[in-house]
Amino acid sequence: MAQRIRVLLAKPGLDGHDRGIKVIAAALRDAGMEVIYTGLRQTPDMVVEAAIQEDVDFVGMSILSGAHMTLFPEVLNLLKEKGAENIHLFGGGIIPDKEAKQLEEQGVGRLFGPGTSTEDIVKYIKSVASERSAEAMM
Amino acid sequence: MSDTTETKKPTIVDKVTDAISKPAKPKMEDLKAEWEKVRHTADTLEGHKFITVSSVPIKDLYTPEDMADIDFETEIGYPGFTPYTRGVHPSMYRRRLWTRRQFSGMGTPEQTNERYHFLLNQGQMGLSVAFDLPTLMGYDSDHARSKGEVGVCGVAVDSLKDMETIFKGIDLGEISTSMTINAPAAIILAFYIVVAEKKGIKPDQLRGTLQNDILKEYIAQKEWIYPPAPSMKLIADTIEFGTREMPLWNTISISGYHIREAGSTAVQELAYTLADGFAYVEAGLARGLDVDEFAPRLSFFFNSHLDFFEEIAKYRAARKIWARHMKEKYGAKDPKSYLMRFHTQTAGVSLTAQQPENNIPRVTWQAMAAALGGTQSLHTNSMDETLALPSEKAALIALRTQQLVAYESGITNTIDPLAGSYFVESLTKQTEDEAEKIFEEIERRGGVLAAIEQGYFQRELAKSAYTYQRAVEKGERVVVGVNKFVMDNAEIEIPLLKIDESVEREQIESLRQLKQARDNDKVQRTLGELKEAAERDDNLMPYFMECARVYATMGEIVDVLRDIYGEYEEPPTI
Repeated sequence: MAQRIRVLLAKPGLDGHDRGIKVIAAALRDAGMEVIYTGLRQTPDMVVEAAIQEDVDFVGMSILSGAHMTLFPEVLNLLKEKGAENIHLFGGGIIPDKEAKQLEEQGVGRLFGPGTSTEDIVKYIKSVASERSAEAMM
Repeated sequence: MSDTTETKKPTIVDKVTDAISKPAKPKMEDLKAEWEKVRHTADTLEGHKFITVSSVPIKDLYTPEDMADIDFETEIGYPGFTPYTRGVHPSMYRRRLWTRRQFSGMGTPEQTNERYHFLLNQGQMGLSVAFDLPTLMGYDSDHARSKGEVGVCGVAVDSLKDMETIFKGIDLGEISTSMTINAPAAIILAFYIVVAEKKGIKPDQLRGTLQNDILKEYIAQKEWIYPPAPSMKLIADTIEFGTREMPLWNTISISGYHIREAGSTAVQELAYTLADGFAYVEAGLARGLDVDEFAPRLSFFFNSHLDFFEEIAKYRAARKIWARHMKEKYGAKDPKSYLMRFHTQTAGVSLTAQQPENNIPRVTWQAMAAALGGTQSLHTNSMDETLALPSEKAALIALRTQQLVAYESGITNTIDPLAGSYFVESLTKQTEDEAEKIFEEIERRGGVLAAIEQGYFQRELAKSAYTYQRAVEKGERVVVGVNKFVMDNAEIEIPLLKIDESVEREQIESLRQLKQARDNDKVQRTLGELKEAAERDDNLMPYFMECARVYATMGEIVDVLRDIYGEYEEPPTI
């Protein structure tokens, strides 16, 4: 039987808007994933440390404050530095398309905007996970 | 001269003629039976349910039966009088329209000052300051945690210097200013008082509102610094100071807006907000103030969401409940203590990133609901707020939207035009009754602070938000452009405002220069005096003002108190 997908959901920075991330947490759980939520006001260090300690497959960050161009690259770099680039970083929030593309080019996974269906996020995580396990078997 | 009061006895011919020309008045139960035979009883249309945005089921028809228990004199009445259902002023918008007040602030203090002059020139009547996250959390712009957030979702304020720039060329004796800040609210108020003081304006001339509502931060918006008890102490300080020195200033804007945005239903918004209000009243009383001394300066702030009638019922019920509790429970005698004045903002959470122009009509009927609910002031959201901070064009359309509602729609011609509607009156009563049940639940849990510690509000909000999202995803609730009438590749053609990264550098540089130019010994001495006063548990307002005068920074002042009060940490609950 396949192992359950483990996801760390994080709120980095000073942003306190946690409605979205809690909805996502509930939806991912309902989809059978293991979800760990960091709580608010995490620094990039704290997020990466938690991700490694909890041995997760995914880190999802929610940023609605406009600080995404600072926080996503920092977490991405820290994951690389700590040799944890196998952890897939994705996210959501108020992120203009152009900036979402820039971040995706830097190696961040999908960034979901307002109005996204939780089903799409579940599908996305599952498809990335199955690609990875296929790669691992080769 | 004929006697007009004498009636002629009807003859048999008169009676017959009458019976032929006037059929007997039909009976209500017969009419109802006829209608029930033909009505369509399905509870969905095209798959979506007949429920409010808060998932309250709505009947297909309301009749006098739904108003059977609603007595005009005790439940509806006249505006400006108990029970205040119809509004807090006897003439409402026939005497004075609501204040069109757009919340704004971004980037550097200079940029914000420029935007304010623009808005004032466009007919805006009051200012409403949005601060950036570091300011709201009590960090200076050069703090490590401020990285990437300086000036991004509001203006950065590090010291009195920045406040002086923001209000440059604006007469603080004339304008009314609302400041949306909570954890460090007392400090910002001190900055504002000192800016005015330097222009020769006294605190008793200042008009405006400080949000200063920390309870809803723990419940919903999550911008706190200290734990609840010392936070409530700081609020009591501002209530006490405001009562004595600032008779025209609203010391707290007790806010349901953020509770709603975080996912609550309309009734939860109403009940949690009023429960917070009662907690502040109790804090004022505990300071030894008389309720009629400070309650007149408490104001409220509600959301205007998508469900038109549900929102109107919410505002009408809110006024009734506040008046009743203030009189009966807290012994308020002055009508100003129990009439509820409130600001409204249209629901940010109801805006869609898809086909953003659709947000203009959404905001329009939300603004109409606020006006029909009797709001005292209003902020209408810009169509592009799900994408970025409002651009100048979008902000102007938003302001124009409420000017259109005010001057062209005709809804301001008469007071509380929806009164007497079977539906609206019944929904108002239902909302009121449901809110009372929530007050009982909060009471049972030991009050607002205890309920916060138990995570009660936080869990309820998460639950309501998830219910809403699932309804959208199942298609039970339609969101145009998101789950119905979807357009692929719809290009967004509105220019987005982007805060330049240079803002952070400029702000940090300005802070560095300030620290060089000011008398640092004096700053240290003044901060030391603040520390001692905090340890003695004195009212800290005069000490904050002294810190402002010597240009101590927000971060320095907050840090003094962080050492004494500690920092709040919320246990992560999902």
